[in-house]
Amino acid sequence: MRTQWSPSAAPVTPLSPLHPDDRHPCALGPMDPLRWSPSPCTSRPPSPRTPPCEMLGHVGIEAVLEQLKIKAMKMGFEFNIMVVGQSGLGKSTMVNTLFKSKMWKSTLPGLGVPMPQTLQLQSVTHIIEENGVKLKLTVTDTPGFGDQINNDKCWDPILGYINGQYERYLQEEILITRQRHIPDTRVHCCVYFVPPTGHCLRPLDIEFLQRLCRTVNVVPVIARADSLTIEEREAFRRRIQHDLRAHCIEVYPQKCFDEDINDRILNSKIRDRIPFAVVGADQEHLVNGRCVLGRKTKWGIIEVENMAHCEFPLLRDLLIRSHLQDLKDITHNVHYENYRVFRLNQSHALPRGPGWVNLAPAPADLTATPGPWKVRWQAHDSSDEEC
Amino acid sequence: MAVAVGRPSNEELRNLSLSGHVGFDSLPDQLVNKSTSQGFCFNILCVGETGIGKSTLMDTLFNTKFESDPATHNEPGVRLKARSYELQESNVRLKLTIVDTVGFGDQINKDDSYKPIVEYIDAQFEAYLQEELKIKRSLFNYHDTRVHACLYFIAPTGHSLKSLDLVTMKKLDSKVNIIPIIAKADTIAKNELHKFKSKIMSELVSNGVQIYQFPTDEETVAEINATMSVHLPFSVVGSTEEVKIGNKMAKARQYPWGVVQVENENHCDFVKLREMLIRVNMEDLREQTHSRHYELYRRCKLEEMGFKDTDPDSKPFSLQETYEAKRNEFLGELQKKEEEMRQMFVMRVKEKEAELKEAEKELHEKFDLLKRTHQEEKKKVEDKKKELEEEVNNFQKKKAAAQLLQSQAQQSGAQQTKKDKDKKKDSEIAVTLPVRTK
Repeated sequence: MRTQWSPSAAPVTPLSPLHPDDRHPCALGPMDPLRWSPSPCTSRPPSPRTPPCEMLGHVGIEAVLEQLKIKAMKMGFEFNIMVVGQSGLGKSTMVNTLFKSKMWKSTLPGLGVPMPQTLQLQSVTHIIEENGVKLKLTVTDTPGFGDQINNDKCWDPILGYINGQYERYLQEEILITRQRHIPDTRVHCCVYFVPPTGHCLRPLDIEFLQRLCRTVNVVPVIARADSLTIEEREAFRRRIQHDLRAHCIEVYPQKCFDEDINDRILNSKIRDRIPFAVVGADQEHLVNGRCVLGRKTKWGIIEVENMAHCEFPLLRDLLIRSHLQDLKDITHNVHYENYRVFRLNQSHALPRGPGWVNLAPAPADLTATPGPWKVRWQAHDSSDEEC
Repeated sequence: MAVAVGRPSNEELRNLSLSGHVGFDSLPDQLVNKSTSQGFCFNILCVGETGIGKSTLMDTLFNTKFESDPATHNEPGVRLKARSYELQESNVRLKLTIVDTVGFGDQINKDDSYKPIVEYIDAQFEAYLQEELKIKRSLFNYHDTRVHACLYFIAPTGHSLKSLDLVTMKKLDSKVNIIPIIAKADTIAKNELHKFKSKIMSELVSNGVQIYQFPTDEETVAEINATMSVHLPFSVVGSTEEVKIGNKMAKARQYPWGVVQVENENHCDFVKLREMLIRVNMEDLREQTHSRHYELYRRCKLEEMGFKDTDPDSKPFSLQETYEAKRNEFLGELQKKEEEMRQMFVMRVKEKEAELKEAEKELHEKFDLLKRTHQEEKKKVEDKKKELEEEVNNFQKKKAAAQLLQSQAQQSGAQQTKKDKDKKKDSEIAVTLPVRTK
């Protein structure tokens, strides 16, 4: 069960109910119908072998939650986020705004730093702490994405990087003597910045999203949304949602991983607003006596955390306050497992018998995506949501 | 396209200060919520003699009546009986598995008593390892049956540990978290109890048995764990019956000379055990099982199979090489076997062929024999036929001659009648004779 996700303020306009899912043939071929089994014990009725027992008094089992919390806080948390988009869309500013700190200096265009000729990924890691909770945050930026004249295969380095992290984890996991806690560098979430053209998704966007959705959790956002009016935003959003459905692109939160009815309701609300129209700002201004983060323009101050102005709070809540653990879980249980299956199959593993497999050397070109989600789950409640 | 990833090494991680509330302090809550919806597994193994109070203690610990009938003393060997129950308290669902050793300590020869227990624990590790090594696996969905805690019930003799106890605990200490407890502690007087406890602990230490150490590295639990550790092994009394004490009902055992209250800390250490086992260290027990005991088992198992991380020159062993070597070995064996089988097959075929030839030869001989016999018979028959024909011819000749004579005699008249008669007689005799000699 996810924690309650509620937008920080009421949505601006009443939204028309979303039309039911149209099933469109997928451009890249049909994906396996996926169902995620509900979390192991939710809907599994107690079998005769595990009869439910009535306890006549307080035993103290719920103290295990507290123990869990203490252990988790002692170990600290890890989170890896990647921001992808063309330069000038405000990625670095967005990251700074999200985590309310200077992750890196946001680059102002034209000030001496030449546009990178090739796509280079840059990672920076920080440890941030809040109320005793330590978070090791790694942000990976992709300057140069989509900036060239010929952007063919510009997603390859990114895919290569993501798969490289999976590979690292896999190597650690198959060691004989392995560490107690394997350092997790896998990308948990990829925020994709869509330029605010106001029309629809560009071919580059569609290509990239199609490939990436199968490997990592992707959250698309409309960048620099202050150049669109509210109506334009809504129209743009609808068109993008239509495009996503037309190309069978499952962005986070994926419909097939909803655990139960509560989740589905919650996530439907989120899915309705994806992609969020966000504005990033890391400077503070004085508005009505309050100090707020915002962008100051001649015609007014756009407050980042004001739901009437932009949907940044929704993004922040989704990424940090309510679904962070879920992002990590899906990365670990689904995307990583898919990669592992793919790699182990590649190594022509002996079937169970003489024993453990040894990996074929990792291919130099790690951009091969595992393909459509190969992991199949059985659903207890047969919902007919298919991708 | 060049991909340069600038990634600082671990030492350069800077602590960044936040200028506002970001909100990830809800992370522990998110984590806990996830775990709650998944439910927890906890598996306890109770090792102790029959009748020492294992089932009663479990009932008392978890405040419920687990269905079970008391075991007999006639078991031929030790066997393990596992039962799973689902308990729920507020929003925490616990899948509890209690494993009982039935027949422990009942046999006359107890040499192998510990073996079924060790096998059971190893089997659970093996099941988890198999699941982990699968290509398509679902670990988060997996019902964890690995034993998280082993409660070892020590008989309240008042003297020292039995040798069976020492041997069993020594075999188990590297595989499971052992918590020794003194059962039926209401049979020991207080002064004896103290001596008994210290004797047990010193015996454990001198024999190198590693029992479970309550963790003291966490400030929140260090204190309570330290104070509790002093009382190891816990002396417990179990009871599910309630007795009126003062003005409330409490779990207790009623004797003619008094009432032993289970939850009274002056009477026994039951409360301490419950605190330690469930309320303070359940998660640590699970983690120790997974990160220490299971990893040890996994390492041993994989090394046994011949896999290594580094070779003797401490170069990271290309796992590919090991794989290739093993594969070639396997294929070589296969080929050898194939050769053997082929040779055997050829030999068998030859044998069969020889046999068949023999049989064929025999048949031919028989046939020849029969043919010869047949020809001989045929020849004999033909000879006889010739003889017969000859005789018939003779007879015809004689008959013709007789008739001639007869006609001559008739011509000669009556004179000749006597002569005819004589001749007739002669010819009759002559005629009859050949008939007889036929």
